[in-house]
Amino acid sequence: MGRFILGRLAATLPVMGVVAVIVFLLLRLAPGDPAAILAGDAASPEQIAEIRARLGLDQPILAQFLSWIGRLAQGDLGSSIISNQPVAKLILDRIEPTLALATTTILFAVLVAVPLGVLAAWWHGTWVDRMVMAISVLGFSVPVFVLGYLLIFGFAMQLRVLPVQGYVSITEGLWPFLSRLILPTLTLSVIYIALIARTTRSSVLEVLGEDYIRTARAKGIGETQVLWRHALRNAAVPVISVIGLGIALLISGVVVTESVFNLPGLGRLTVDSVLARDYPVIQGVILLFSALYVLVNLAIDLTYLLFDPRIRY
Amino acid sequence: MHEAIKSGLRLALGLAALVAVSEPRPALAQSKPVTIRAVMHSGLRITDPIITTAYIARNHGYMIYDTLFATDANFKVQPQMVKDYTVSQDALTYTFTLRDGLKFHDGAPVTSADCISSIQRWGKRDGMGQKLMDYTASLDAVDDKTFTLKLKQPYGLVLASLGKPSSNVPFIMPKRIADTPADKNVPEEIGSGPFRFVKGEFQPGLKVVYEKNPDYVPRSEAPSWTAGAKTVKVDRVEWINIPDYQTAVNALINGEIDYLEQPPHDFLPILKGASGVQIFNYNTLGVSGMLRMNWVNPPFDNEKIRQAVLLAVNQQDYLDAQIGDPDYMMPCPAMFVCNTPNATDAGAPKTDLARAKQLLKEGGYDGRPVVIMQPTDLAIVVPLGPVTAQALRKIGMNVDLQSMDWQTLVGRRAKQDPVDQGGWNLFHTFWVNADMLNPVGNVGINARGRKGGFFGWAEDAAIEEMRDAYARETDPAKQAAIAKAVQQRAYAVGMYYPTGQFVMPLAARSSLTGILEAPAPVFWNIAKK
Repeated sequence: MGRFILGRLAATLPVMGVVAVIVFLLLRLAPGDPAAILAGDAASPEQIAEIRARLGLDQPILAQFLSWIGRLAQGDLGSSIISNQPVAKLILDRIEPTLALATTTILFAVLVAVPLGVLAAWWHGTWVDRMVMAISVLGFSVPVFVLGYLLIFGFAMQLRVLPVQGYVSITEGLWPFLSRLILPTLTLSVIYIALIARTTRSSVLEVLGEDYIRTARAKGIGETQVLWRHALRNAAVPVISVIGLGIALLISGVVVTESVFNLPGLGRLTVDSVLARDYPVIQGVILLFSALYVLVNLAIDLTYLLFDPRIRY
Repeated sequence: MHEAIKSGLRLALGLAALVAVSEPRPALAQSKPVTIRAVMHSGLRITDPIITTAYIARNHGYMIYDTLFATDANFKVQPQMVKDYTVSQDALTYTFTLRDGLKFHDGAPVTSADCISSIQRWGKRDGMGQKLMDYTASLDAVDDKTFTLKLKQPYGLVLASLGKPSSNVPFIMPKRIADTPADKNVPEEIGSGPFRFVKGEFQPGLKVVYEKNPDYVPRSEAPSWTAGAKTVKVDRVEWINIPDYQTAVNALINGEIDYLEQPPHDFLPILKGASGVQIFNYNTLGVSGMLRMNWVNPPFDNEKIRQAVLLAVNQQDYLDAQIGDPDYMMPCPAMFVCNTPNATDAGAPKTDLARAKQLLKEGGYDGRPVVIMQPTDLAIVVPLGPVTAQALRKIGMNVDLQSMDWQTLVGRRAKQDPVDQGGWNLFHTFWVNADMLNPVGNVGINARGRKGGFFGWAEDAAIEEMRDAYARETDPAKQAAIAKAVQQRAYAVGMYYPTGQFVMPLAARSSLTGILEAPAPVFWNIAKK
């Protein structure tokens, strides 16, 4: 198992290497010029060329890549072209809100969706099942920003029980922290509740038709125990896969929610950097995302061991 | 029922709040600083107001820096950091003496050397600054508080340049900072202005914090635009970037922020109806849209075809699409802004589709597609492209309206290449009118062509001669006459088309008082109840 973990960790290096090359090339081939952005509206072509030269953007792409990869090998992600701040600092400043939102969203989604999915499977074909599936369809269908605005309108503007926007670190108090995460969490978790509930339902339904469930019942085991001990545990692997995928998607996919609720997270940093063609920041953030993807997948693979003793690494 | 739900929710959330009861609340023990929480039109990322013309950097500049001169509401240039100045009989030597008590935020006194370095750096970047430097023989310190500017020949815009209210504003920085190359961001944010930059709380693109500069000595005159007393009446100003306007408007109505610089016009009716919110038109001079053609590429390398475009469009269509509410818009043919000393309607075209079609024929338009760069993420510019496209199609032009984000446009418009190699034919932008008041400052009138002209690279020797004449002239009446001739020529050759004037008021909580009119949003004189 130790070898498996080490092997998987070592595998992140080539993955990130490939990501680095692709991202670097894509950015250089995409339209836009950070020098023109920096120079402003009234700049002459000469002034833009001077800035381009100072930033090293007039060098051949290969030379730019080697320079960047050389610094990266020494752990230096570089500095923002636009703000001059170190990329590592920009990422560290923004990672907390994104991780906080991802954590509360996944926790809330799992706590709501797994019981819903199990109930739907258990009462398969009844009104409970149909209601859970209807909620799922709704969760998939309502755009995040629409739900976000509706929640803001109801809870912040009409009832005035929660703030509209912003983020406060947990170090400044638990309630200020939580109060600003409730609406974004509700907004963002709906789609994951829909996804996890549907997966749980179909997985549990499949397991409930297995021979060993019939055997358990024949042995006189109570229905609750059949469900929780035999059915759910065996249905867990696909559910965990979906949760893992959800975590990975969440970290990079919270842009809209961060914008609607003004959370200063990595999603907004990514979008702002793309719009400003701030190459070093985009490269740094995408490398971080790819590393997180690999690590989350590894964590999910290891979690399988808890639920399925047949799995061996 | 509504109250019952509200009470229930409050109870539930209140229970959750009990979790936090044990949290320390240091703020309660101290007197809370009076803070204005403002959402500006953009997040601050570049803190150097000289390296970029971005208005957010200019606004930041007004917070932490001061200027030698400033323009008041009557378009008069007034001394600001300067106590008094003299002009020699031959109008070639200006001698400036600084006010007493001027101090940078690091405690160092403001000296002549700081002013000279700052002017020289600004003079490498700004259009009016470059022109001033062209005419300048030398800048010399007489002593710590006095310096001279010697001209090669009389120049009528010395004070107007040093007191120009909008980008790039000649802000004064310490010499060690102003000596930074003009194409490189300054390493520190140290000025002598009414607010100090709180570096530790700066998050680029997210949040900027300013605190009152206790050492600042305001002038005794009443504030007027960027001139006069800059008296700070709050402890802190926080600029928070909320990218989503709906969220920003909600936050203002809810009292989570105090000030919203430029809510889109669609939101103004909502804000007008909200309790505790005021709408204030701080920049009465307003903003103008601009249609710019590329003189380098066909078909707009042909004067007749440029004239055809000017006869095909009209300002009302643009303003209706862009603003919609007559309270906030005004058709204005004056390239140097209506209701200002250089305002004139000389040479302004009147829509005439038949004549436009005729000119297309005479110009030999061959049906080639006209590439209009259409930004989709800059709300105030978005409506302009389709209006132009429709107008050009009406006179028989083949239009290729290419959608892109603003920064792609910014990169592409700098290319002088042919259209099939990444070039372009036409784009739209907008300018704060304070930037457009005369033929030297108005970039659309810059006729230097490929070398030093604004994107589109209009080239016209006659206009350049008149711009020089305007710069040399010291009599305002004669300057206005030259400006009129420049405008006539500019319309005749198709330098650009102004798509109309409009204002973009701010919205603020009613608890804010003393908000000033100015070409840029300024935070001195504002008190918070």
